[in-house]
Amino acid sequence: MTAVGPSRRAVVAGGALLIGFRLAAPVRALAEGGEPLGDLARTPALDSWLRLDPDGQVTVLTGKVELGQGIRTALLQVAAEELDLPQAALTLVTADTARTPDEGFTSGSHSMQDSATAIRAAAAELRALLIAAASSSWQVPAAEIGTRDGRVIGPDGRAALYGELAGAIDLHRAARLPVPLKPPAAYTVVGRSWPRVDIPGKLTGAPSYVHDLRLPGMLHGRIVRPAAYGGRLLDVQTAPVMDLPGVIHVVRDGSFLGVLAAGEFQAIQAMRALEAAARWAPGRTLPAPAALDSFLRSAPAEDIVVLDRGGAALSGGRTFAAQYGRPFIAHGSIGPSCAVALVDGAEGGVTVWTHSQGVFPLRRALAELLRLPVARVRCIHMEGAGCYGQNGADDVAADAALLARAVPGRPVRLQWMREQEQAWEPFGPAMAASLRATLDADGRIVQWTHEVWSNTHTQRPGPAGVLLAGQSLERPFPLPPPRPIPMPEGGGDRNSIPLYAFPAVRVVYHFLPQMPLRVSALRTLGAQLNVFAIESFMDELAAAAGADPVAFRLVHLDDARAQAVVKLAAERFGWARTAPGSGRGFAFARYKNLAAYCAVAAQVRVDAASARIRVGRVVAAVDSGQAVNPDGLRNQIEGAIVQATSWTLFEQVAFTPEGIISRDWNSYPIARFDAVPEQVEVHVIDRPGAAFLGTGECGQGPASAAIANAVADAVGQRLRRLPLRLTL
Amino acid sequence: MTRLMVNGLATEAASEPQTPLLYVLRDELGLHGAKYGCGLGQCGACTVLLDDAPVFSCLTPLLAAEGRQVRTVEGLGTEQRPGRLQRAFIAEQAAQCGYCIPGMIMRAQALLEREPTPDDAAIRDALQPNLCRCGTHIRILRAVRRAAAEAAGEAAGEKAGTP
Repeated sequence: MTAVGPSRRAVVAGGALLIGFRLAAPVRALAEGGEPLGDLARTPALDSWLRLDPDGQVTVLTGKVELGQGIRTALLQVAAEELDLPQAALTLVTADTARTPDEGFTSGSHSMQDSATAIRAAAAELRALLIAAASSSWQVPAAEIGTRDGRVIGPDGRAALYGELAGAIDLHRAARLPVPLKPPAAYTVVGRSWPRVDIPGKLTGAPSYVHDLRLPGMLHGRIVRPAAYGGRLLDVQTAPVMDLPGVIHVVRDGSFLGVLAAGEFQAIQAMRALEAAARWAPGRTLPAPAALDSFLRSAPAEDIVVLDRGGAALSGGRTFAAQYGRPFIAHGSIGPSCAVALVDGAEGGVTVWTHSQGVFPLRRALAELLRLPVARVRCIHMEGAGCYGQNGADDVAADAALLARAVPGRPVRLQWMREQEQAWEPFGPAMAASLRATLDADGRIVQWTHEVWSNTHTQRPGPAGVLLAGQSLERPFPLPPPRPIPMPEGGGDRNSIPLYAFPAVRVVYHFLPQMPLRVSALRTLGAQLNVFAIESFMDELAAAAGADPVAFRLVHLDDARAQAVVKLAAERFGWARTAPGSGRGFAFARYKNLAAYCAVAAQVRVDAASARIRVGRVVAAVDSGQAVNPDGLRNQIEGAIVQATSWTLFEQVAFTPEGIISRDWNSYPIARFDAVPEQVEVHVIDRPGAAFLGTGECGQGPASAAIANAVADAVGQRLRRLPLRLTL
Repeated sequence: MTRLMVNGLATEAASEPQTPLLYVLRDELGLHGAKYGCGLGQCGACTVLLDDAPVFSCLTPLLAAEGRQVRTVEGLGTEQRPGRLQRAFIAEQAAQCGYCIPGMIMRAQALLEREPTPDDAAIRDALQPNLCRCGTHIRILRAVRRAAAEAAGEAAGEKAGTP
């Protein structure tokens, strides 16, 4: 397989002004060509995205979901802007298989590109239809009619409320083009930091999460899982458990085991009794943790040449090589996964309230699991605790549905226990990378090789076999063979191509189908390790070349937007005023080489006695294209820096050959307040009119590398394996 | 029946006395602010105040709350009329997913009642038992400082206004 480099198109389009005015082609051509329509190309019916009621209320429908990234607010802003509507006139409905468009998964920092772009185009068309309706009713040329604050306004001051024109507009038709988008210079909402619409309820105890859903007659479920992957249930005495207070049902299907009770704590007590009563055959043996790196580098691999450019033989120069690695990392949601399921007594259909990132793919998986037609399954998104990728959300939805099948007509709420989330969630894969580069006599990189080893970074639903419950039923569903995610986005090879302008580059992805631990998508997929490796190696090469790390990067970057974030981060950090050896570190990446640009400068201190690394001040610069909500964008980058600090300094899934042993926050420590950076500053480069690039995942790779580089600068010890462990 | 005061109201709870307070609050009394995070006292998502002290409600049996004052985030204010710390968290937009925030707020409330003008180190120290996974810490710290500063400002104003 040969892969392409960073998309020239994306780079050019990203820098262009007023992209929207160029739209002049039919939907299909644009869908093939690229970005401007987002998911409107996939779901062209306008009423899939927008509804206008006679009272003037507009309902915006999105297939994306709120994960704490602020997408609700940003999507409302985009609609309000394009429609000239106040916030109060807008309602947003997020992913629900019965109501919203299918936008796949909310992942990969795609929501702004996919959904906001679609909503913006649909809203612009609705506005044009309102103007056309008024034009025809008033017999006034459309060009002389404008909109403001939910009203269509004529040249003579005549006005009509949007709601009054609703009857004249049929949104049940495909979007037609060209769509006249509002020029960014006229924006009054996009680019402003609207306060997040979901925050006040969350701070005051309003039911905000699926965890808080309480339906009439609802029962509480809990499940029991074996000690290790693949453990088979041999035998369980259920009678004593049935006698416990509140217990309604014990559900067993093969090795799937659960209990239903009237009260939540009763369900937990019954679960503990059931755990004690169950006998399991031993599960699969895991590799010895000490052998993880050699396992990765020697397991059978499918080799994918990601890039092979300018490979002419070079003579001379100095060649360097280094190896990097990271362990398995847990999503570690603070709230263990939860779902509520209801099986319809008469029809046998099932409704599941879920915090899955993809309600439509989950619906397909549940239909297969429950052997129901897809149309009889409805999945409704409700928020969960932050997931940062695929945590237990899909699995717990399946568990809840299986328990609910035992009690038709009664809703079942199931939340996993902490140890279940920690042991059974699909982890972010362990990875290894080997880099090699040649410096010429002028200290420039003339050749670069990057090899990376990894499992797949996605085992998401659709197929029922990816669900834990699907694997444990009496008639189990097979786990589908893992597949790599193709470039340009990539999985384990995400961000494996350096953005730097090196004359000769070779990148190889050793895709490992054999999966000792359960894995799937963790925020940034392979980008964190690949950026950590590239940006650590850049510092090592800069040192070998006797160059300043920031200057060394700039010399090798020919992308103006990349240079701009590097310069801004360095300037705001005060790089030029700090000295080498002061514990400063720098790193940069463009997420997926086609999304947001982010540069991070960090300062660390190392305690000589304890070898403890403390991150001090961190300064980031980010270019995410048109910034819809600058404060929301800063919040995401701040979070990325803190979360990456935790990944970099502390985190690794602990296991023995017998199974996962990190099952709580003591055995899987994450950063607490005493380890969070002392200060974090985020500077946003706004690009009005440029494409939305997405923000949730661009900071983690650069932050990880900046910290490692700062540690190397502080103590002269280069750490190439995560989490960073110093020996002084 | 166990009698206790919840957010200033005399309340009776029918759950078994050994039931952790968390489930009584959430499932019996319909107060969803406190969250289940670990059941082990390691994350603080379930933090409420028992009399004036922050406790892990996941580890506190209902019996231990008998006859005592329990305060939850619902007791500090509402969406329409948020309390001081809630206003400060809104002003700083100090949430991402928000799941940990009610626990953070309750622990901060206990701190500010005990020590009205804590410095940054004291705030970090007080919040150390509570985990946030989204990485909102920097904003949480700012929000607590803001609430403390506002309270101090009002106190100074009242003092200045006193003849």
